[in-house]
Amino acid sequence: MASQEILREEPSRGSFINDPRIRSLFFQTLVVILLFSSIWWIVHNVIENLQRLHIASGFGFLRSRAGFDISDTPIAYTSDSTYFRALVVGLLNTIIVAVVGIVLATIVGFAIGIGRLSQNWLIRKICTVYVEIFRNIPPLLVIFFWYSGVLAVLPPPRESIHLPFGSFLNQRGFYFPRAVWGDGSWLIGVALLLAIAMAWFVAHRARQRQKATGQQFPVFWTSVALIVGLPVLAFLLGGMPLTFDFPKQSTFNLTGGFWVKPEFLSLLLALSFYTAAFIAEIVRAGIRGVNKGQSEAAAALGLRSGPILRLVVIPQAMRIVIPPLTSQYLNLTKNSSLAIAIGYPDLTATAGTVLNQTGQAVEGVFIMMIAYLVLSLVTSFVMNIVNARMALVER
Amino acid sequence: MKHIAIGILGVAALGFMASAASAGTLDTVKQKGFIQCGVSTGLAGFSAPDDKGDWKGIDADFCRAVAAAVFGDGSKVKFTPLSAKERFTALQSGEIDILSRNTTWTSNRDSALGLDFVGITYYDGQGFMINAKKLPGVNSALQLSGAAVCVQSGTTTELNLADYFKKNKMEYNPVVFEKLEEVNAAYDAGRCDAYTTDQSGLYGIRLTLSSPADHVVLPEIISKEPLGPAVRQGDDQWAHIARWTYFALLNAEEAGITQANVDEMKTSTDPNIQRLLGTEPDGKYGADLGLSNDFVVNIVKAVGNYGEMFERNVGSGSPLKIARGINALWTKGGLQYGPPIR
Repeated sequence: MASQEILREEPSRGSFINDPRIRSLFFQTLVVILLFSSIWWIVHNVIENLQRLHIASGFGFLRSRAGFDISDTPIAYTSDSTYFRALVVGLLNTIIVAVVGIVLATIVGFAIGIGRLSQNWLIRKICTVYVEIFRNIPPLLVIFFWYSGVLAVLPPPRESIHLPFGSFLNQRGFYFPRAVWGDGSWLIGVALLLAIAMAWFVAHRARQRQKATGQQFPVFWTSVALIVGLPVLAFLLGGMPLTFDFPKQSTFNLTGGFWVKPEFLSLLLALSFYTAAFIAEIVRAGIRGVNKGQSEAAAALGLRSGPILRLVVIPQAMRIVIPPLTSQYLNLTKNSSLAIAIGYPDLTATAGTVLNQTGQAVEGVFIMMIAYLVLSLVTSFVMNIVNARMALVER
Repeated sequence: MKHIAIGILGVAALGFMASAASAGTLDTVKQKGFIQCGVSTGLAGFSAPDDKGDWKGIDADFCRAVAAAVFGDGSKVKFTPLSAKERFTALQSGEIDILSRNTTWTSNRDSALGLDFVGITYYDGQGFMINAKKLPGVNSALQLSGAAVCVQSGTTTELNLADYFKKNKMEYNPVVFEKLEEVNAAYDAGRCDAYTTDQSGLYGIRLTLSSPADHVVLPEIISKEPLGPAVRQGDDQWAHIARWTYFALLNAEEAGITQANVDEMKTSTDPNIQRLLGTEPDGKYGADLGLSNDFVVNIVKAVGNYGEMFERNVGSGSPLKIARGINALWTKGGLQYGPPIR
């Protein structure tokens, strides 16, 4: 060790300037100084220019009354609430559409991706056409397609399309009955939790038994019976404490029930169908990336095609799939800012309104940037944990 | 999205702008040879491109009047269409020299946004429009409880709407878009029951709908909307030029000077007209503002007086057919009043 260091230092003795360590230290310090001084210069200039132009600055405005209404409010919000609350409402709307969109895109994407590898010619071609169409159209056009092309041509509220179970569909959105839980419905929740716990226990025992004796147990159907059966039993025992709030026709719109607005619906469908095309390709690449020898070896061990896919191919494919999948989730979240084109009150739309009503563009854009940054970092963090758990465990 | 881009550009512009005091807007404008004028993305009667791509309307003409005052040529204007959200940032960051975009003068905009309003070129008020064919029996805004209302985001309209329904203890659900065309399309498609904006705007928008005759503007006016041009705060000379261009339009109408007779009027012996048109010997009205002495002649030659501008764009000479009403001169019972030239 010591002799090596001496050997390496030998040539640098000649000149102080040629010492690589000092040189790298010098350049790194220089970069840091340049970086921080330019940041300082920009911040200083912004503040000075704002003052010179007589524009109010600071974040005090967040505590003032917003004065405008928002159409989708997951938390209580009126025009008397603060700008801060308006921004929170916008952020929650972004999170809702992103989370639901990610779940939907993943389901559709996996189905299409596996479909592209199907033995069936028709399924394979349909999935290929799907991918080629949605992957090659800008997401904004897909949003407009759903909003102006599909949902806007539905009939007006007085001529709503009647769907089963008291649901309605018209150009103002999709209405369905809302469940109103009565007294004693807590029993159903308890039953559901209990059923999940029991299903987990059964699965655990079945695994142990298979390891010890090689005998299998129908875990799936037992779990389904438990998770469906116990809550239904509780529901009947509790005297069926459930009523429905049905949507009804009023002067202008349908009232009551649960209402999904066309803005949310078209944004959700567009984002998830668009992203699903990319996910499908990632899934296909992942499955293709698993060496053919793996499934052949599994088949040689006597496994059938279902277990081969489930136990051998997919776990290995997931290692290839998850990192690019994370990027798609981040893309979907960021693409949700296109909501502004069809008036869904997401973070960009709400922050834009706040920005305009207060005139504080610098602060508004700053808040938006930080919010999207945090959302993306949280998504990455979660996906990194999933990735770490999926990674090859070397024994 | 575009407004974000402008926002970021604005931030960047504020960041990189030289912190030393920059030259006045008049000098900058003279140097580049034209005025950059912020207008709407298309509101009939105020600022909308015609089939040849020329901007028409009161707001567009006001910019031409300022260009005529500065250059003696009303065509030295370039127009920047802006959404409601983009407009103030565009002015603050120096992207435009004057904002003439049916913008309501409010205390907050005058004090906290770094803007300076020039005057009120159109006295307006907010109203509602509905499709009378689809909603027979609705003839008052007070019957709109439970309605879906289309509105443009980032406007005073959006705030007045919330206040009006709250005050009258009515429910509504807002359908909010960023761009005027998006609001128009959504209303036309039946996404909402009512459309709210300034009444003059409603008349203009009605013309663009698929069947204008089906739509009626409800009688209620729920707010004061004094619309006028704005300039950046802190450049007094430029603000004076814009303000006295507006007054020149009013004073010309009051004195009976029109686009047709302005050359004859130059020989007038009426001292009032002489002062206004700069024909008074050693008059300094124009020079004091940093303009030529005959700048009012140039303005009237370019766009006419206020009355001519009004009738051509929104009044009897236009498809909108809006009556002068409170926008008449004070001598005819209206609110338009130009201070004297002394």
